[in-house]
Formats: sequence, structure tokens, C-alpha cells
Amino acid sequence: MSDKEKQAMSDELAAEETVNAVSPSGEAAAAVLDDVSVDTATVVPTGDEEETYKEISPMRLVLRRFFRSKLSIVGIVMIAFLFIFSFLGPVFCSWGEDEVDMSPTEYSYEFTYTYTDENGDVVKVLEEYTYIGEINAYANPGSRHLLGTDEKGFDVFVRLMYGGRISLMIGFIVVILETLIGIVLGGLAGYFGGWVDQLIMRIVDIFNCIPTLPILLIASAVIDSWHLTPDQQIYVLMVVITLFSWSGVARLVRGQIISLREQEYMTATEVMGLPTWRKIFKHLIPNVMPQLIVSMTLGLGSVILYESTLSYLGLGVQLPKAAWGTMISQVNDPVIFQYHVNVWLPAGILIVIAVLGFNFVGDGLRDAMDPKARK
Amino acid sequence: MFKYIVKRLLLSVIILIGVSFIIYALVRMMPMNYIETKYSSQLLQGTVTWEDVNRFMDLYGLNDSVIVGYFKWFGKLVSGDLGESFKYERPVAEVIGDYMWISFAIALIATILQFLIAIPLGISSATHQYSVRDYTVTVLTMIGLSFPTYFFAAIVIRVFSLQLGWLPSGGLIDPGVDYAADFAGQMAKFGDMAYHLILPILVSVVLSVGGLMRYTRTNTLEVLNADYIRTARAKGLSERTVIYKHAFRNTLIPLATLLAGIIPGLFGGMMITEEVFAIDGIGRLAYRALREGDIPFVMGYNMFLAVLTVIGTLFSDIMYAVVDPRVKLAK
Repeated sequence: MSDKEKQAMSDELAAEETVNAVSPSGEAAAAVLDDVSVDTATVVPTGDEEETYKEISPMRLVLRRFFRSKLSIVGIVMIAFLFIFSFLGPVFCSWGEDEVDMSPTEYSYEFTYTYTDENGDVVKVLEEYTYIGEINAYANPGSRHLLGTDEKGFDVFVRLMYGGRISLMIGFIVVILETLIGIVLGGLAGYFGGWVDQLIMRIVDIFNCIPTLPILLIASAVIDSWHLTPDQQIYVLMVVITLFSWSGVARLVRGQIISLREQEYMTATEVMGLPTWRKIFKHLIPNVMPQLIVSMTLGLGSVILYESTLSYLGLGVQLPKAAWGTMISQVNDPVIFQYHVNVWLPAGILIVIAVLGFNFVGDGLRDAMDPKARK
Repeated sequence: MFKYIVKRLLLSVIILIGVSFIIYALVRMMPMNYIETKYSSQLLQGTVTWEDVNRFMDLYGLNDSVIVGYFKWFGKLVSGDLGESFKYERPVAEVIGDYMWISFAIALIATILQFLIAIPLGISSATHQYSVRDYTVTVLTMIGLSFPTYFFAAIVIRVFSLQLGWLPSGGLIDPGVDYAADFAGQMAKFGDMAYHLILPILVSVVLSVGGLMRYTRTNTLEVLNADYIRTARAKGLSERTVIYKHAFRNTLIPLATLLAGIIPGLFGGMMITEEVFAIDGIGRLAYRALREGDIPFVMGYNMFLAVLTVIGTLFSDIMYAVVDPRVKLAK
């Protein structure tokens, strides 16, 4: 019991230090500290107060619990690998994103015909064609091209890196945008209630009922008809994916805020006469952040999946820009599908690594941020 | 309860009107013009003039503005008519009704398999929390969740159908075989269909089993921490009885609400899976229609999905109140 008393005291000290006596983060810190003090053994029951008490911020507690899980570390490593690979990788590679290997290459094909001539003998004809092509397409993996080239003579390995840049960039920007929209609309709906809530939630319901994949396909087809440059098209694509995926975040924020609104510390802000924007953005939103961060991390994976699916169907990122989805779409060419696995398989593996990494990290964060967690 | 359902249904109508207008506006902005594509070769040869095409477009309602077109479409919908598909040249509702069942069959089998696999895995994962088994199951199912459908399908086709030649790479029945109309012939046809559906079902089960498994695991963990489980253990019941009789049944409560949410997945078809495996289900038909600018069919299909989603959500909210008496529906 003495542990808890000491914590309460030090908490008061901490609270005095900050201007805001009833800050919600202080409360959260107290709750988390209370919970973990038993097994982290940071409080020694005897001795001088100054030395025995080691203050741990909620952030550090979360990080400590996060890194205790092996899967989270694996996830972090996977994401870090992808970032280094996509953003630093091209610096060390000699080929460009849309640089065609123009070295003339000798191609040879072999055909075997078997037929029976009039004497009844089986004749086997082996025909060999050789010709010099202008570009080095369908090169096998080797020292010149680590993963070979595709049918246009692009270096597969380098395009994987540029594809990664696009996927990660789209993922992060979309998730940040949809979270911002979700916070604003969900926050308004949850805080004000009444007709504001009704109106916003009906809009959320509408967007929630629109089937995501078909509508993204339709919207991408529309963008395609605007004849933008591939760069502009990527930005519009981000906006479109955001537009059809923010409703979940808004719903999450609203639900959290409705339950937080009724808590004592919010009554205290009322008594203190804080302005509305301060109550929402300083006292309510920070307490939704844990759930938001988890949903953002998990959302990254699904955005990357949607983007790659659109690219696969030819409606996402356009050539000559590289995208993992477009690289996999080359399986529709039977020759590449069967004989040039190096062209499409690595892109898919990278998608799996990206999505899996974000899922691991998101799961780890959820467990680490759960105040009820035991471990 | 009754009042709540009526209120929800009325709200659903408003939501669906909003959904339909957004989809209609977008569909009309699509670059694909069905009539122009259809008559492009005749236009080139000169057998059809632009005036004819224009007349056709009038006839198909493609020259109306978005607002006028929407109200025409909506007016027909009110009288129960989803319009006639451009591409399939039949009423949209009829086409959906015809092709829905093959998608439904695939989804139903896949969902049943998914439950049969995910629930035992989830429970054993929860009862052996942080063990090797738990980690293996978690990692494997999460890998399944991370695969893009078309990529996993490509690998599966590459391995099982091109490399090993065990299973067909697509289609619903062998196109080279004529099945007799008698019972034996029909059975052979059915067997052939089942044979063709192994890979698509495999893909859809592997890719979706993870979500359900994790859901079961979380629920079971929660139930295992409940007081009545401690009571059951304190009574001296065997671990088996505790888990399968006391814990398992209670993990089914949240699953019941999930079951209702599966409705859109069951009837809506799987666009990508059906397209990759060339199965003429409703998802593939919709994708083809979308690609060719068949506005009535795309509208019909999307509204069908939206209605299923609305029904699914309503149903799962009601189920929530049914399985948990503490939940009150009407505010």
C-alpha cells in the first residue's frame, strides 16, 4: 500500500509542476503507473523520497512494454528494412526508375517439331532462332541486374525500391489525412451531440455503406480519364482513397469522446471554464490518441493493399512510375507468369512484408497501450 | 425493439439514397462509354454514323445530365425496376439473381471452413497464450491476412496448376467436356465444378481465416479472465470442462454478432478472386460491367452490396441486444 501512497504523492508533485492541475495526461500517467508498479519494481519501499522514486513517463512505459514483445520488434525491423531499401536503396543503384537497359542482347529460341514422313520415319526438327534485340528485356537475375529486367527492359530490383517509395508514401499520407478528417468530424459529433452528431453520423453511415473496392475502381477510372501526369495522378489517388476510408476513424473518435465526455475530469474543465476548443483538443483528443495510433498503424497495411490492388488492375499508379501492384500485374502475360518469376514474385513478397510489418507493430502497440494489460 | 427497428429502417432508406447518388454521380463520370465502345468498329467502317450513336445514347439515357439521369434511375427503382443491363441485355435484377448463387456457394463453403479452422485455433491459441503454438498460429494467420488476394492466387495457380498440374487454373467447368443431362452426367458436372473450386476456396479461406482467429483468441482470453471461470476452477472441474463447457460457450456470444456482419461477404461475391480464377460469379460480372461502362449493372450491383451492408449492420446490432440482455437498443 505504501507504494501506492508514494505514487499518489509524487503524482501530486508532478501535477503541481504543470500549470494544469487536472490534465488528462497526468491522470493517464497515474493510471498506468498504478498498474505496472508491481512488476517493474521501480519503487523501493524504504529510503529517501528523492532517490527511491524514479518517474517513468507513460510514453516510456508503453515503449518498454512494446519492445518486450518479439513480434513488435520483428515488425519494426521489417518496416525499417523497407524504408532503408526504398528511400536509401536507389542511391546505391546505377539504374534509374524508368531507365531502359539499351544494350543490344542476343535472344535465342528453340522449337522442336516432330512429324512422321511418308516412309513412316519419325523426323525431329530442331529449329534455333537467334536475333539481336535493341533492349535487354527479360534478363535473368545476375550481377548486371540483381533481379533481372522486365519486358520493357526496366531493372526489376530498382523498380521495387521506387515502388516501395510510392506505396509507403501513399500509405502514410492517406492514413494521416483520414485521421485528421476523422478527428475533426468524429470530435465534433461526439462532443456536441444532438443534431451535429446526427448529421455527421449519417454522412459517416453513407460512406460506410459504399462498397470500398468497387467505388475505388470507379473513382480511379474517372481520374484516369482526366489525363493527369503520373505524379499528379498519385496525389489525386491519395485523396480518393482518403475520401472513402475516413468514416471508420470518425466513428472510433466519436465513440471514445462520448464515453470520455462523461468523466469527472471533463466536469472539472467545465468548472474551470476552459474554452471549448481547448477541452476538445487538449483534454479529449489526447486520450483518444492510443486507439488512434493503433488504428493508424493497422490502417497503413490496408491502404497499401488497396493501392496495390488498384495498381494491379491498371487503375492506380501509372507507368512509367513503378508500383508493386503493377509489377505483379505482369502475371497476366503467360510467358512472364511461368518463366520469369523474378519479375513478379519479389514485388508481392515486399507487399506482404510491408503489410505484415505494420500489422505486427499495430498489434504490439495495442497490447502495449492497453491499460488493463497484465504483462 | 419494434420501434427501434422501424426507426433504423427509415434511416437506412435515407442512407441508401445518399449512397446511390454518390455512386451514380461517380459512375456517370467514368470515361467508359458503352455505346461508343460497342459501335466503334462500325463507326470506323462507316456503317453506323455519329447521329445513330447519338440516338442510341439518347435511348440509353447517356445524354441526360447526372441529376436528370439519377431521378430517372431512382424513379424506376421505386417501382422495383433496377433497369436493363447494357452489356448482358437483360434486367439487372435477373442477372444478379442468376449469377449470385455461384458466388454464394463459394462464399458459404469458404465461410464454414473458415469458422471450422479459426475457432479451434483461436481457442487453443488463447489457452496456450505466449506458447510456441500461440506464436506460430498468430504469425501464420497474420501472414495470411497480409497477402494481396491476386498475388496469393497467382502463387497458388503457378504452383498447383502450372508446376504440379494437379488443379485447373480457372473456370467453373472443363470447357472441353459435354456432360449428359442424366443424373450421372449432372453428378460428373458437379464433381468437375467442385474440382475447379478447390483453389478459389483455398485462397479465400487462407486469406480471411486470420481475422476470425484473432477475434476468437481475444474473446477467449477475455472470458478466461472472468470470475466465473475462476469459480469453475475452484469447484475442481477439469481444465477440459472449464474450457469447453464454461469458456467456449461464452466466447460464442461476440461471435454471434460477427455472424450477422458476414452477410455482405456471403452474397456480394469476391471481385478479385472471381476475376483471377475466371469464375462467372456476380463479382466478376460486376468487374466486367464496370470496365465497359455498363451503368445500370454497376449501379444495381453496388446498391445490392449497400443494402446487404445496411441489413448486416442492423442485424448485428439486434443480435448484440439478443445475446447480451444488458444492451439496450433504443436510446
